[in-house]
Amino acid sequence: MRTPRTTIRRKLILAIMLTSTTALALAGTALTIHEVTSLRALLARELATRAAILAANSTAALAFQNPEDASQVLAGLRTDPSIVAAALYDARGGVFATYPMGASAPLVPAAAGAMGNRLERASLLVSRPVMEGNRRLGSLFLRSDLRALDERVRAQVMAILVAVLGSMGVALALSAWLQGGIAQPVRILAETAKAVLDRKDYSVRARAVSDDELGVLAEGFNDMLAEIQRRDAELEQRVADRTAALEASNKELEAFSYSVSHDLRAPLRAIDGFSKALLEDCGDKLDQVGTKHLDRVRTATRQMGQLIDDLLNLARISRAELRRERFDLGAVGKEIAAELKRAQPEREGVQFVIAEGMTVVADTQLLRVVLDNLLRNAWKFTAKHPTARIELGQHRDNGHRVFFVTDDGAGFDMAHANLLFAPFQRLHRQSDFEGTGVGLATVQRIIHRHGGQLWADGAVERGASFSFTLSEVKS
Amino acid sequence: MTNTTILMAEDNPNDEELTLRALRKYNVSNEVVVVRDGQEALDYLFCAGEYASRSANVQPQVILLDINLPKVNGLEVLKRIRADKRTRTLPVVMLTSSAEERDRFAAYENHANSYIRKPVDFDQFTEAVRHLGLYWLVLNQPPPAPRSGNGR
Ligand SMILES: Nc1ncnc2c1ncn2[C@@H]1O[C@H](COP(=O)(O)OP(=O)(O)O)[C@@H](O)[C@H]1O
Ligand SMILES: [Mg+2]
Repeated sequence: MRTPRTTIRRKLILAIMLTSTTALALAGTALTIHEVTSLRALLARELATRAAILAANSTAALAFQNPEDASQVLAGLRTDPSIVAAALYDARGGVFATYPMGASAPLVPAAAGAMGNRLERASLLVSRPVMEGNRRLGSLFLRSDLRALDERVRAQVMAILVAVLGSMGVALALSAWLQGGIAQPVRILAETAKAVLDRKDYSVRARAVSDDELGVLAEGFNDMLAEIQRRDAELEQRVADRTAALEASNKELEAFSYSVSHDLRAPLRAIDGFSKALLEDCGDKLDQVGTKHLDRVRTATRQMGQLIDDLLNLARISRAELRRERFDLGAVGKEIAAELKRAQPEREGVQFVIAEGMTVVADTQLLRVVLDNLLRNAWKFTAKHPTARIELGQHRDNGHRVFFVTDDGAGFDMAHANLLFAPFQRLHRQSDFEGTGVGLATVQRIIHRHGGQLWADGAVERGASFSFTLSEVKS
Repeated sequence: MTNTTILMAEDNPNDEELTLRALRKYNVSNEVVVVRDGQEALDYLFCAGEYASRSANVQPQVILLDINLPKVNGLEVLKRIRADKRTRTLPVVMLTSSAEERDRFAAYENHANSYIRKPVDFDQFTEAVRHLGLYWLVLNQPPPAPRSGNGR
């Protein structure tokens, strides 16, 4: 089991932090905007009040055209450092008095402008009329420096920032503590799964962790383990049962073939032996027909003996354990070819062509049986031709090695090719070519046991070709 | 001392008759003692039972032993022959129907001298018996008779 790149713990903390930080940032921004606007409003109100008071105080100076008094009234603004300049205008709009004294444009407008509040860069400008009753005496202008306000705003934002950061710290601590409730049970579950996998021990159980979905998950996990354990036991039992049954039937088969080889052959030997004895001892009392009949008896007996041997061989091959080793198929083929030639030296017209370098990893003894059957068949089914060519070779097909034994003998009709590999099935008459029909069945069984395939090609009087593959095993 | 007797342990009368016939055919004139089960074979070799009066000093030149014998099977007989110092050195030829690997293995493991499978074909069978007689009765030098009594 791989170790995860990121942990649930980290993901949970990240999620909580992202949420709380976003919320705090939004709240902080809103608060700041609200703070700035309300501070500005407050300042505007303050300024308006101050302007109203100033205007009221300057009515006399304006009414009596006394600029000195007016300057005095304006000089009272000194107590408020945020007000940087002020001016009084007479009814025609001309400058009447300024603060500080002698201030001029751009600090104060050279003539009275429109009434009302106006923002100009870092200043708030207030202009209002000076009235006495319903009579307008002139106007008042105030310039308040907003830098003081900015200062306050900055302090405010700083405070908010500190609050946000503090909250984030608290959120981090809280999330680290809270994630335990989720991440811990998940971790325990993951560790249990890993333990099961590593030790292949299905008796491990996850500890009961919590009373929520994770608890249900752990319970489900435990139930699953129990189910696997139960199935394992069941499967083991079934395998044990099958193995026992198989062993029993194998034993039975072995006992059967053992008694076949003993008890079936003994009477055959007697039939053949006493037929021969009859011929030898009482030959003079038998006519030609009698002798012929006895010959038939002996031929049939020997055939049956061969049949029993072939069958036993077939049974043995199904049981035999595969012992794979590296060897050259061609070398084995050459030995068999030499054997065949030695047994029938009169067949000089037969030419064996056996390829070099056919190294395989397979059961030598069993592959010898394969080649013996195929080459012996080729030898047998070319017997009626004066010359023959028998080839053992290999070629590649789709990356697989295909081995083949080809001859140019009697061949067979492809229409019956499906029968070739069934035991006792023959495509030629006993009177033409002798045999039991067990050979190719044996060959097929050996090839299948090697994980390979076997197939045949042929045409009447044009020869036959038997091909096989072996599952390639590296060694 | 060793004489030229052949001991044949064979329970199948047909096989017995055919073997004797084949031996006669090749003019093997040695005496052939036929025993029909494993117990009788042991009685003969160790001079017990109905062979109690026989002298154990005189042992067959070769023993032809079937595997499938009643009472005591051929492999067991072989084991007892090899276990007893009076018979340990006797040449034993397994002559049997069985071609089973494990029988062959067991025979050699218990020091059989030879293992021959009885062919169904009588011509092959007589041929085998001929070789057998030629080899074990003519060519092969039997072991010296075990000395009993004095010293070593
Ligand atoms: N090389 C061959 N040429 C023609 N026919 C063949 C060849 N090999 C096998 N056959 C056919 O397949 C049948 C089955 O072969 P096999 O099982 O070896 O039995 P057997 O050799 O005892 O007849 C043969 O009887 C024959 O009809
Ligand atoms: Mg064949």
